Amino acid sequence: MHSFGYRANALFTFAITILALVCAMASLSDSLNSPSPSAHVQVLNINWFQKQPNGNDEVSMTMNISADLQSLFTWNTKQVFVFLAAEYETPKNSLNQISLWDGIIPSKEHAKFWIHTSNKYRFIDQGRNLRGKEFNLTMHWHVMPKTGKMFADKIVMPGYRLPEEYR
Amino acid sequence: MGWIGETMDSIKSIQIRQLLTQAVSLGMIVTSALIIWKALMCITGSESPVVVVLSGSMEPGFKRGDILFLHMSKDPIRAGEIVVFNVDGREIPIVHRVIKVHERQDGEVDILTKGDNNYGDDRLLYAQGQLWLQRHHIMGRAVGFLPYVGWVTIIMTEKPIIKYILIGALGLLVITSKD
Repeated sequence: MHSFGYRANALFTFAITILALVCAMASLSDSLNSPSPSAHVQVLNINWFQKQPNGNDEVSMTMNISADLQSLFTWNTKQVFVFLAAEYETPKNSLNQISLWDGIIPSKEHAKFWIHTSNKYRFIDQGRNLRGKEFNLTMHWHVMPKTGKMFADKIVMPGYRLPEEYR
Repeated sequence: MGWIGETMDSIKSIQIRQLLTQAVSLGMIVTSALIIWKALMCITGSESPVVVVLSGSMEPGFKRGDILFLHMSKDPIRAGEIVVFNVDGREIPIVHRVIKVHERQDGEVDILTKGDNNYGDDRLLYAQGQLWLQRHHIMGRAVGFLPYVGWVTIIMTEKPIIKYILIGALGLLVITSKD
């Protein structure tokens, strides 16, 4: 009953239980945080805008992205993955989401940033619908915890419009 | 090491009735593990509710040996979500992030993925000539995360001998336990 094996087993089981409990509590404590992030994006220039040989529209633009995501960070946050997506509707597709830029924020010190960039991923439509198209720019973020549940949210910034003509 | 001698004694003194009890309790352990796995499959709706990250393509978010909990629901797939997908002609599922979504009126969807730590998107990993993933390629989306625990399975698949030693030791423990 009090052999070495039993004691080792009991100790191990207890240690694992406590560890699991602490992990669960760390994950739960994230939901006590109510973040208030802010983001602002300015489209500075349409670098070029054309129809590809296969018939799909493609556009390249330069943007100014600024955001303050410091309030997303808690003690259980490993990193925040942030990306900016263009979202629009076409006759064929009820939703198009195209990631234009993304970044990994490793710590709270880097969570208030300002970046001047052209789109990192190609902005290509499935078709020829981009001329004069109104689109939303949406700042999404995915919080990766040290352990536990991942969560995500976004800020939608409506009212952007592409030019009427190719250039 | 007195407990090895004790163990040997207890193996010698096994009666037929005791042997049956041990067999039943061993069976209980195996079936309860199976029940938990199948229940997880039902709850999450994913054919593999837990996956182990095998590559560093999602670093620094997910490292090799981390465990991801999957969930498969009817909710539409959106950009930014981390999905697990199977490409035709590849056996090992891949865990990457969705960067582009084109969803048609009837709900059919075209998805492009990329690993956070990879330079380019995943079109090179897809089957020859495949440009998009469809709904049926997706096995689930990652909802939760547990670090390091997956190393156990990585070690066991890469060094099978450790697996056999472990199973043997556990089996011996179950057989020789007195209650």
